[in-house]
Amino acid sequence: MIPAAFDYKRASSAAEAIALVGEYGDEAKFLAGGHSLLPLMKLRLAQPSVLVDIGRLTDLSYIRDAGDHIAIGALTRHMDVEKSAVLAEHVPLLAHAASHVGDPQVRHRGTIGGSIAHADPASDLPATTLALGATYVVEGPNGTREIAAGDFYQGFLQSALAADEMLTEIRVPKMNGAGWGFQKFNRRAQDWAIVGVAAWRRGSESGVALVNMGSTPILASSVSAAIAGGASIADAAAAAAAEADPQADLNASVEYRTHLAQVLVRRALESAS
Amino acid sequence: MRHDVRRPQRSYDNLGVFTVEVTVTVNGAEQTHDVEPRTLLVHYVREQCGLTGTNIGCDTSSCGACTLHLNGEAVKSCTVLAAQVDGQSLTTIEGLAQNGEMHPMQKSFMENHGLQCGYCTPGMVMASISLLDENPNPSEQDVRIGLEGNLCRCTGYHNIVKAVLACAAGN
Repeated sequence: MIPAAFDYKRASSAAEAIALVGEYGDEAKFLAGGHSLLPLMKLRLAQPSVLVDIGRLTDLSYIRDAGDHIAIGALTRHMDVEKSAVLAEHVPLLAHAASHVGDPQVRHRGTIGGSIAHADPASDLPATTLALGATYVVEGPNGTREIAAGDFYQGFLQSALAADEMLTEIRVPKMNGAGWGFQKFNRRAQDWAIVGVAAWRRGSESGVALVNMGSTPILASSVSAAIAGGASIADAAAAAAAEADPQADLNASVEYRTHLAQVLVRRALESAS
Repeated sequence: MRHDVRRPQRSYDNLGVFTVEVTVTVNGAEQTHDVEPRTLLVHYVREQCGLTGTNIGCDTSSCGACTLHLNGEAVKSCTVLAAQVDGQSLTTIEGLAQNGEMHPMQKSFMENHGLQCGYCTPGMVMASISLLDENPNPSEQDVRIGLEGNLCRCTGYHNIVKAVLACAAGN
């Protein structure tokens, strides 16, 4: 399978990339690691007429301790997130989730920013950063703005990013010793989750998000409200799908996904508690 | 920050197709070709460089048959554009043997019969070398998980895992 023809531009700075994409509007896409975009282009589900390659912007590949949060450059590869000592210490849930993305070859190329900007509800890192209450920093022609993960995901593969805005940094609050659990249910090792759960808990505080339980990653706020109200893990997990709107597909019916969400939220909270 | 980025040379070939120039170090030797921007790395390696040891299996970044090393790390060449690797370095299965001596991983696959039909083998060998580079002393479980991105359609995993463990143990 070969993508439809497109023009290829290579950017040497974020500002140049944004200006280049701005010239072409909706016709252009940023190309980072390409592991979400290129498969879609090969299937001709995406046919941008211009790709702006931002893969050389190595100053956007970093993981830094920024006091109350960890700042991660958008071009940081999954493998670097997985192996980061800083994240292992302060945000172990994210490092662990990154180790479940695709397979080693995919993690050598795919980037955290690309995965989040792609906004696939079946991907691990959008839901994980949502559970952690991350903030995304985006740069556009008129400067930068911050978008809370909770406001970012707007529909299937749709985010709050304008066509000429580029995600540049992911800010993830430190977990400060909170317990955590990550559950990914799939039938083959490298597959997307049929249902996945990322959760953390510190006493009555918690954050729980669901993978592949709707058209966006889903924040299971009813579960956190139940935990805050003193509910048992089993009772809180019963509310797992309250915010979800799962679809049926070849892998699972709506009922099966709902059941999986409840079981996996329970398991994730058990390991977080 | 501004990077000193190599600008792709842009031109049209004799059929009027838009191309960009890529210069890539392939198995130690620098090569320059004009490619269409949409050319996948696996097609570049097979058709432009004439190195057909890298196989195309699923063509959907699932099976790993097209695995080669980009700057020393295993990647799936069906999901990379040739234009993206301009100025970088590739190693394919053909580049492993040195002075007629097989790479230890190749030898280990041979000695442990880590193949049946052989179609997944180049990708398996490339992924296995990358795995040991990152984890020189893997457990059997580490090898099985580390090769999750490579499918053997003959299901010959047992001997493949044995071959990687034997290579790691240096015998």
